[in-house]
Amino acid sequence: MHRVAVTGVGLVCALGNRAKECWDRISRGECGIRPLQDPGNPPYKFSYGAEAQTFRPLDYLTEKDLLMLERFAQMAVVAAREAVEQSGIDFKAELADDSAVITGSSVGGQFSEEEGYLRLYKEKVTRVSPLTIPRTMANAGASRISLDFGIHGPAYTVSTACSSSNHAIGQAFWMVRSGQVKAAIAGGSEAVFAEGLLRAWEAMRVVSPEVCRPFSAGRRGLSLGEGAGMLVLENWEYAKARGAAIIGEIAGCGMSSDAHHITQPCVEGPAKAMAWALKDANLRPEQIGYINAHGTGTQANDVTETQAIQATFGRHAESLMVSSSKSMHGHTLGAAGAIEAIVTIFALQNGIIPPTANFLGPDAACNLDVVPNEPRAATVEAALSNTFAFGGLNATLVFKRV
Amino acid sequence: MPEQLDTDELGAQIIRVIARSQRIPVESIKLDSTFEELKIDSLDGINIVFELEKEFDIEIPDEGVQNLRSVRETVEGVRQLIEAKHQTVRPGVA
Repeated sequence: MHRVAVTGVGLVCALGNRAKECWDRISRGECGIRPLQDPGNPPYKFSYGAEAQTFRPLDYLTEKDLLMLERFAQMAVVAAREAVEQSGIDFKAELADDSAVITGSSVGGQFSEEEGYLRLYKEKVTRVSPLTIPRTMANAGASRISLDFGIHGPAYTVSTACSSSNHAIGQAFWMVRSGQVKAAIAGGSEAVFAEGLLRAWEAMRVVSPEVCRPFSAGRRGLSLGEGAGMLVLENWEYAKARGAAIIGEIAGCGMSSDAHHITQPCVEGPAKAMAWALKDANLRPEQIGYINAHGTGTQANDVTETQAIQATFGRHAESLMVSSSKSMHGHTLGAAGAIEAIVTIFALQNGIIPPTANFLGPDAACNLDVVPNEPRAATVEAALSNTFAFGGLNATLVFKRV
Repeated sequence: MPEQLDTDELGAQIIRVIARSQRIPVESIKLDSTFEELKIDSLDGINIVFELEKEFDIEIPDEGVQNLRSVRETVEGVRQLIEAKHQTVRPGVA
């Protein structure tokens, strides 16, 4: 068993195109959820989203690259490059066969698929672009990342809706911890602002017409967001030996399935994921000081997550800080776990707990310290980051301050 | 529609399609350029074929696609398909 170091992170989301830039905003409680650039015609029932408005792919990729890479894959590649640059790791040497790439994405490349269907079913043209498959495939980002860095080890993409990234990072963490690989690039990405997908979310009636307000009285649903988060995970001794700056530690992972209902959350599944994550990290509940919650801002999630946290932590739940950074970068679905893992690492390292923004007032059914609206200075030894997906699939990661 | 296709004009049109689909400058493509020189691989090739089919409203058979190695071969192939199409559409004229 090896300790697992995080030596680099990369982030693209509504709050910026570099991890540090995003963290600076998140640590101040800035909300990146804005009026939609394209409100739809007829308008969607929601008019806000956390779009990565300043992400310009041509700042990082060539026109020809873009032929093959859809937005979700572009963001994955850009975030991975930032993470690798920060870590200073060189995969081309002896690590090439001893490293993994594991990414998460809920739907992959939706734009090309919708474009193809438009041609097929509306324009009645049977010829669709031959690049539809490589652009659409959920592993487009993982494949390009492995190509870019010459990584020949295990590379794949996990698709478990909103838990995709935590499943991906958890799997990569276990691989590095067990010694199966020395290093891994893990994370996830999602580009949700495609009309068909937005209409499908609209139909589920879980998207807030305004900004999301997790755990707050008067919350009306989630805010969709897009982005990517990537982390470089490394065998601790290897990272030390090459003189890398270690910026975080992943200490455990717990995964569970509700086996309860396809969309309705329950308390037991998430509670099991958290309890198993603690056990996997060999930590007692009292050692956790902060939870980056799944905290979507829907009625159902926030109440059951509160109950699951209370069931797992007992009395200690009263002294836990629990916040939802989705209140600032939105719910980025398949990228959520990765973006929130990076937020959690920054929170531990900087001693600043990001707030739950847009908070109007307490809801008795969410009686936790949700760090409302204002960031809080606090030194915390260890933290959890939760993701609970539609389909009842839960994954919790444990991070330690280094 | 002229009886004889103007090969120069057709060549220029095909070069424009290749340039557009590959996001490369028109000037970088000559009639005698090979796909290898232009760094056009097999996947790029099928994308070009897709664009040519749209541009000229023709259907390029799968076997034909695998044999394309240069711009000149492409122009020749497309010319034949356009001529064949006109013969089918207007049998009396040929």
